[in-house]
Amino acid sequence: MNAPIEHSGKPRVAVHKFSSCDGCQLAFLNLGEDLLTLAGRVDLVHFAEAGPLDPVTDVDVAFVEGSVSTPEDLERIRHVRAHSRLLIAIGACATSGGIQGLRNGVFDAQWVTQIYSHPEAIASLERSTPIASHVKVDFELWGCPVSGPQMLAVVNSLLLGVAPRDNADKVCTECKRQGYPCVMVTRGIACMGPVTRAGCGALCPSLGRDCYGCYGPAENANTGALAAQFARQGLSPQAVVQRFQSINSQAPVFLAAADKIRIQNHD
Amino acid sequence: MTEQLRSVAIHVPVLARVEGEGALDLRVEDGDITQLRLRIFEPPRFFEKFLEGRHYTEIPDLVARICGICPVAYQVTAAQALEKLFGVELSPWAHAMRRVFYCGEWIQSHSLHIHLLAAPDFFGCSNAIELARIAPDEVRRGLRIQTLGNELMDLFGARSVHPVGVRVGGFHGAPSLVRIQAIREKLRAALPEAEALIRWAATIPVPQDDQDFVSVATQHPIDYAIETGSIAVSDGLNIGTDAFDAHFAEQHVPHSTALFSTYHDQPYLVGPLARLNLNHERLPEPVKALLTESGLALPSRNLFHSLLARAVEILLALHEALRLLDGYRVPDSPWVPFTPRAGVATGCTEAPRGLLWHRYEMDDEGRVVNARIVPPTSQNQRRIEEDLRLSLLNFGLDHPDDALRLHCEKVIRNYDPCISCATHFLRMNVERT
Repeated sequence: MNAPIEHSGKPRVAVHKFSSCDGCQLAFLNLGEDLLTLAGRVDLVHFAEAGPLDPVTDVDVAFVEGSVSTPEDLERIRHVRAHSRLLIAIGACATSGGIQGLRNGVFDAQWVTQIYSHPEAIASLERSTPIASHVKVDFELWGCPVSGPQMLAVVNSLLLGVAPRDNADKVCTECKRQGYPCVMVTRGIACMGPVTRAGCGALCPSLGRDCYGCYGPAENANTGALAAQFARQGLSPQAVVQRFQSINSQAPVFLAAADKIRIQNHD
Repeated sequence: MTEQLRSVAIHVPVLARVEGEGALDLRVEDGDITQLRLRIFEPPRFFEKFLEGRHYTEIPDLVARICGICPVAYQVTAAQALEKLFGVELSPWAHAMRRVFYCGEWIQSHSLHIHLLAAPDFFGCSNAIELARIAPDEVRRGLRIQTLGNELMDLFGARSVHPVGVRVGGFHGAPSLVRIQAIREKLRAALPEAEALIRWAATIPVPQDDQDFVSVATQHPIDYAIETGSIAVSDGLNIGTDAFDAHFAEQHVPHSTALFSTYHDQPYLVGPLARLNLNHERLPEPVKALLTESGLALPSRNLFHSLLARAVEILLALHEALRLLDGYRVPDSPWVPFTPRAGVATGCTEAPRGLLWHRYEMDDEGRVVNARIVPPTSQNQRRIEEDLRLSLLNFGLDHPDDALRLHCEKVIRNYDPCISCATHFLRMNVERT
């Protein structure tokens, strides 16, 4: 994925939005004065929230925020893929289907009729799915939201022609490096850190609270052991399921962990 | 001037520089507007459905995800509603810090909107990067102010997008005195920058476009309302948050995935200009002085004053944060204990884009039975369409298509619509007649 850029001039970059809260795009818009530096190094071809509108021109890198959740999204993501040399999925929606993935498996067409008096005008797929379910994704950046430093690290890697670094280790490793007391060991709080992907810098434990898994599953996550630990701490089966079924509910590892508990409890 | 009668069809498939996905359809036939629709097609996310069954401890983290630009508004409104139901009396520290935290979001969101979304229109630029070439100092100043807002949110929430610090009963943690002293220095240094921003915003020429409309905002007896207050209307109505449903209604129109709101069957305005119209007498003296200097006469009936209103509110938020952080002490505990109970709770605060109302029905284990959330942009949607129609007639339909399109976009951006918010709050509702 590090072939040289073929056209002359600055690398062309697009930022596309699908179903999301817009929060991952803010990793760019919240860069402060660095945003102007970035704009000097790349050619921002398409980034609707920031102004540039050109979803047609071929780009070197497309950052995609959001999940696929409507029939029109299906067409659009194929179009984006066809016009992008590299496609990078950013954030929980794009990598796992996001919080709106909580509707998967329980979506009922009645939801639409209960909310909207003109349901025929609403197009919504039954499932909210990550970008990689539909097209080839070159790199996934997990997190709800991804952070500015994470995004800049990816952009800088690409500008230098190297593959971005993928840190799939656990939040616990970041927590230990920062020297935060373990909230589970010292205070008995049901923390998702042992199975959650690093990247945030252990923000929740820094405030003395539980990690709630917003960066998705880490590699080699032992969800069974953690679920058993939660049960020993007094969480009901429903509460344990909800720990895994939150921001990244459709990430396969978290979905399997929740399903296992549901089956054990004949839910 | 003779009016040229002609037919125009303008279709803006994707509105740039707004949060979320919307489009505009305008049809003019024989010199009359025959169709004008702000179409919102941001996919529905069914938030209120999947809040059902969730424990109250999760709600601040879940509702934040409705909007990446104003997560604090959602977290604080939800916490306020649940604290009222559970009979929680916040400590004076937590009460003050909720307002400081919220000031951070106003500073961030307003500065982002002024510089990255709205201002380029008034300088003939298509985005902030172009604007930075002709007004580099102003854009850089704006980005610095935005960064300071983010830093203020970081203090209490560890990050500014989907912060993790709010819990029902207070905050999870309290910033150290050293960090507070550092941010106070920055806030103080930003005051002259924010004053210069107001002076700059006041020099930007705007169309004269007075319209009659109803303003709605939260109101507090003493302070400029942000995180708490009753609901005030420019016609004199002043109600508690529980009475919202008796006066405001939502309905669905086929061209939108957001619900439209009305007040006594009329469109109404929420947001910075509505707040200034209703609450400007409660501004601190130094902010009042700048407001007077800017020449903005209140109440204003011209939505093009919204950019200046945001600049004024940035200065207000800086002053409020400084005032509340004066004499800061780390509390013994950043939160108070309580026992959840069943019942119905409502909450209401001023998101950067306007009034945000939540209602939760909870069971006796502290789980959500049902939830309803009414965000500011769906409340403004009706008003935006009305404004577009009036503003276009005032502007003149004989302008070239590009000028009509730009004018429409400027009108829409005055409201800083957050389309992500508007559709992410879809509540259970059957059409009411």
